[in-house]
Amino acid sequence: MSTLEIKDLHVSIDTEQGTKEILKGVSLTIKTGQTHAIMGPNGSGKSTLASTIAGHPRYNVTSGTITLDGEDVLAMSVDERARAGLFLAMQYPVEVPGVSMTNFLRTAKTAIDGEAPKLRTWTKDVKAAMAQLRIDADFTQRNVNEGFSGGEKKRVEILQLELFKPKFAILDETDSGLDVDALKVVSEGVNRAHAEGNMGTLLITHYTRILRYIKPEFVHVFVDGKVVEEGGPELADRLEEEGYDRYLPGAGAATIAAADAAAQA
Amino acid sequence: MTDITTEKARIGAPSAQPFINGFTEEGESLSPLNAAESKSPLAGEAVKRHSHGGGVGVPDSSRAGRLTSYKLADFKPLTGMEEDWRFTPLKRLRGLHADVLNGAAPSVAVTGPDSVRVETVGRDDARIGSAAIPEDRVSANAWENFTEATVITVPAEVQAEGEVSVVLTGQGTGASAQHVVIVAEKFSKAVVVLDHQGTAVVSENIEILVEDGAQLTVISLQEWNDDAVHASSQQAKLGRDAKFKHIVVSLGGDLVRVTPSTRFTAPGAEAEMFGLYFADAGQHLEQRLFVDHAVANCKSNVLYKGALQGRNAHTVWVGDVLIRKEAEGTDTYEANRNLVLTDGARADSVPNLEIETGLIAGAGHASATGRFDDEHLFYLMARGIPEKVARRLVVRGFLNEIIQQIKVPAIEERLTAAVERELAATEN
Repeated sequence: MSTLEIKDLHVSIDTEQGTKEILKGVSLTIKTGQTHAIMGPNGSGKSTLASTIAGHPRYNVTSGTITLDGEDVLAMSVDERARAGLFLAMQYPVEVPGVSMTNFLRTAKTAIDGEAPKLRTWTKDVKAAMAQLRIDADFTQRNVNEGFSGGEKKRVEILQLELFKPKFAILDETDSGLDVDALKVVSEGVNRAHAEGNMGTLLITHYTRILRYIKPEFVHVFVDGKVVEEGGPELADRLEEEGYDRYLPGAGAATIAAADAAAQA
Repeated sequence: MTDITTEKARIGAPSAQPFINGFTEEGESLSPLNAAESKSPLAGEAVKRHSHGGGVGVPDSSRAGRLTSYKLADFKPLTGMEEDWRFTPLKRLRGLHADVLNGAAPSVAVTGPDSVRVETVGRDDARIGSAAIPEDRVSANAWENFTEATVITVPAEVQAEGEVSVVLTGQGTGASAQHVVIVAEKFSKAVVVLDHQGTAVVSENIEILVEDGAQLTVISLQEWNDDAVHASSQQAKLGRDAKFKHIVVSLGGDLVRVTPSTRFTAPGAEAEMFGLYFADAGQHLEQRLFVDHAVANCKSNVLYKGALQGRNAHTVWVGDVLIRKEAEGTDTYEANRNLVLTDGARADSVPNLEIETGLIAGAGHASATGRFDDEHLFYLMARGIPEKVARRLVVRGFLNEIIQQIKVPAIEERLTAAVERELAATEN
């Protein structure tokens, strides 16, 4: 049983116009076996949260903490975080020319486990996981993400999720740009990983449709760098019907404050 | 900003500075000679120009106009201000441009299939001069001074099994001249490896004749000792429907300057020219190539990739592609990519494309010099891969694109190992 705890997290980025605060005090606790969905309109800071947890250098943590079973995640380098059990399925996976998928997967698995995987079972595991995600076998010969379509890139992210077996998976808009079939395949992958029982999931999404396939116990609504409302799956249903409009400026701050208070209580 | 600095340092980016150090395009001390005369137009304002064609005061504004001659006397003494020499530190040429080249030339040992003929001939052999003519003073100096030449012939219609290995072993630091002629006769097929080793100060002319319908691969490996100085003009003349693949790999030596050229003389021929170089601290690795589309319907594809590390590691790539008026239906692309791994290294890259007819299938050029990409690093590290390993993975991948073109397993393995050694050196 592990716990990922985010406390009063403030994050800013440097822009040409100066420093801009993106996260304005985010607190969130995820435990093994739980699935949390973070939903919110564009620009609300959802992806910033994901990248900050992974340690992307663009994001400066100005205050607050992130801990994994009490260990200070912010003090860890990017690779240490991954080895500690955090996995970020990226919104825009980069192409790494010249590095084959086979080589990449094996190198990463070796780094995460601290020892090389047994060749025979590893090859079999990779093949099986690829088949389940309906990724062509020849992808292993191709370079990491090079020339992959948007949907293929997302499947390959989930392939890594299944193979690396992290303690916490952060899925950064994994559903965006996927057609329904691909969405199903990807969701099944996440559910398989989850079903093994050793993983907590933080699902970041703009849309509700992925929630038809991945069922969160907790839903957090993000607006302007803060959680403005929290609840169970029923909150997602409500968002599907009403959208984010009521959280946006002019929609009645009182309602949100009330919702906020309710969520805190 | 300080936060960015620490964060960057954490993921191991080589530097938090937003710009690539030492990578201003502006005229710095391009060569010691130029630096000494920095008031001259070429070392000052003129070198700042994005140079398509010659610089100010240089006669050949088109590559077609360059002086060629078998006579040394036709070439003026070098000053370092010539467009062609402006990046080369002449002081480190150890006399290849000025002295009589009477030192012992690297020894030549050829092994390969019996079907391939190997001869040692005198200067008066008819095949000498059949594919090449010097285009610069250093090449002409070698032409004037060589005493004997090695001629390698792949007879007509022979498909040579296995590669022809030509090991050229340096005989010391006396300035010397070398001459090799490679003839792939009609419809023959072969792979020739020129393997440069040891310590030498040598100017070399390699003539390559690829006759009609022949398929020839020439691989030139420069794995010299650290003190070697090597200038190599490698000129190929292609017949009708010939296929020529040229691969230059420069890893060792103090100064290596390879000037490969491909001339199309009949339609239907194809040339691929690849290069890989890895410069360490203080090394000067230069490659200047020329593709002369003088006839219609030929294809060329050029890709050179280089990595640099350490103080004053300097690489130069100049790619001249000329599509003459007659060369309708030409299809050509040239690209150069450099990966700068540490501070203090410098990569110059100048693609020049001259097009004298609009009736072509395609023509393109590209050049990119970058630091190790932070986003690549982030992606790999976010999968638990430590920075050093990630760096190796990317550099290996970057250069492997060229290595895998070689298709001679033993050499691919050797070069992969050599790249690993270079990478291991970065980490110290």
